[in-house]
Amino acid sequence: MELKTVKTHAVPVRYFEGGKGEPLVFLHGAGGLQAGDPFFAKLAEKYHVYAPLLPGYGDSEECAQLRDMLDVTLHTADVVDALGLKDPILVGHSMGGMIACEMAALAPSTVSRLGLICPAGLWLDDHPIPDLFAMLPYEMPQYLFHDVEAGTKMMTAGVALDDPEWLKGFLIMNARQMGMAGKILFPIPDRGLSQRLYRIKAKTVLIWGDGDKLIPPAYAHAFKKAIAGAELVSIAEASHMATIEKTDQVVAALSKLG
Amino acid sequence: MKFTWFNLMPWQDLPDDFREKHRSVWVDIDSRLFDPERAHHLYNEYMDLLEYSSTLGFDGIGVNEHHQNGYGIMPSPNIIAAGLARRTKDVGLVVLGNSIALYNPPVRVAEEFAMLDCISGGRLVAGFPVGTSMDTNYCYGQIPALTREKYLEAHDLIKRAWDDPDPFAFNGRYNKLRHVNIWPRPVQKNMPIHIPGGGSVETYDFCIDNTYSYSYLSFSGYIRAKALMQGYWDRVAERNAPDDSPYRAGFAQTICVADTDEEAERLYSEHVSYFYNRCLHVHPGFADAPGYRTIKTIQSGALSQYAPPIDGYGHLSWKDLIEQGHVIAGSPETVRQRMEELIKGLRVGNIFCLMHVGNMPKDKCMYSTKLFAEKVMPKLRDMFPEYKDDNRFWCSPLKTQAKPGSLPNEQAVAQAVGGKD
Repeated sequence: MELKTVKTHAVPVRYFEGGKGEPLVFLHGAGGLQAGDPFFAKLAEKYHVYAPLLPGYGDSEECAQLRDMLDVTLHTADVVDALGLKDPILVGHSMGGMIACEMAALAPSTVSRLGLICPAGLWLDDHPIPDLFAMLPYEMPQYLFHDVEAGTKMMTAGVALDDPEWLKGFLIMNARQMGMAGKILFPIPDRGLSQRLYRIKAKTVLIWGDGDKLIPPAYAHAFKKAIAGAELVSIAEASHMATIEKTDQVVAALSKLG
Repeated sequence: MKFTWFNLMPWQDLPDDFREKHRSVWVDIDSRLFDPERAHHLYNEYMDLLEYSSTLGFDGIGVNEHHQNGYGIMPSPNIIAAGLARRTKDVGLVVLGNSIALYNPPVRVAEEFAMLDCISGGRLVAGFPVGTSMDTNYCYGQIPALTREKYLEAHDLIKRAWDDPDPFAFNGRYNKLRHVNIWPRPVQKNMPIHIPGGGSVETYDFCIDNTYSYSYLSFSGYIRAKALMQGYWDRVAERNAPDDSPYRAGFAQTICVADTDEEAERLYSEHVSYFYNRCLHVHPGFADAPGYRTIKTIQSGALSQYAPPIDGYGHLSWKDLIEQGHVIAGSPETVRQRMEELIKGLRVGNIFCLMHVGNMPKDKCMYSTKLFAEKVMPKLRDMFPEYKDDNRFWCSPLKTQAKPGSLPNEQAVAQAVGGKD
């Protein structure tokens, strides 16, 4: 995978590109996307993958003028245009799934295939989503991973809380990334998507870890109900990071989009 | 020097095992610990103490705003200030302040502050905090990365609502108002404004550029505050402010005075310990929502440098708290010496005296307050004689003040209207 830059109206956007095949745009979750992500690698075996970073993620420039859901949705549509793509397979994970849904609802004729991996965007009073923004790093793996021990090991690799420089770097990264994510997710990740989902015309596959402890599977059913013809693929022994825990199964489920 | 007797209004009955059994004193504190009947007595006691201190020569009495907070049961400081306006005279009413990004629309603050200024006859000293992340983001749901932009817009709107004599349209990003025209208007044409800050460069500049006083409301005391305040004064010089008046800055300090140093420890250590151990027990996940601080501020290293001790206050003994300057306590002479160090070291003309601490009972609080007012404060009055006439950061009350409760008696009323008694 290669890290490149494309110009858009709002800001230059960094994106990963790799693989051969049908064009597929992957929108990452609030945790971002790192080089060497196994899910990206697996997708690239089958598709020509483009994975743009939201402004502020990784080494990309921040963009103060993106403030709300509409700004982020239109910006991401601009990115797809700027990459020269027409109706690519659109896939999003968590926050990225929320953005993908908005794009498909806002301009239904531009998105004909939609892959949603445990997307954010809805709120069910009976199933409150844990407050990601009040979580300490060590509390996160229990929500994100089915195998909490393996998840913890992955998330704490390279962590050096005793080193002030490392800590400063971490705080800056967190402020840039989660500060951006907060514009559409804080304090409740609901920006009115439920009243727009009916507009989606795309063939839609919903993919959900059946042990998702961040956005529990009740949300899978809510999305399925709201998007006409959506198919739900549940993945056993996976939580919110199903893309990492069950990479092959998630990629296989996406192949239903053709 | 301007001394303000400041009350956070802590809840006094957090249980002994609060730290072990509860994750936070703030945001998601257990409501079952709150007792409204007890609060009835507590609010009145705290207001009595504020009123009492106003009779002892303090320049101001101070209140502030916190939400869902066990050490500050004052979500609306304006309600308290309104009560104090009626029952006090001459003293400044320091409302430090209203978190202006939280009011919708913020003209509400312009109106309430104007009301307070009119009721009190120009005694308001106004504060405009951005608000802590706990209050602003976690309790009141403001989006962290947009909080400052919203705050600055609210500031511009409030200032113009006070200053512009004509109705105007305000087309902001967060506020769309076709007819801004507040009634009442404040007594003071140049409202003194204090801005609580925590080390961000943006706030330094905001104060310098607008001639507002920069207040550092820390609980970690004056020794740890040195670097932060130096950063401010360096910035004052860098930006070519017309002067470096000490009244451009304020500092909050926990102070306990007794007859001797030993008596201070005996009288106050349990209350200080209650405050530092229980009241400051905040879930770290609520401390700083990502996006609330600017990247520039994080890069400056301010947060690690000025933050509370990394392992919290819980383990600090009375001796530690005194030696490290979190608390200034002791005999009047000890307190005087340390206050002088504080005032000179930080170059601050405004002192917010935190003289009620944790679960301190009223008699001890009155004792400490009176000793400070009589034996310490007078000796610290003339620290900056060259700036003694600098009144830009303090209130200018009307010469003639209304006297509350001065209605005529009913007989006089009857005579005045020509009826028979």
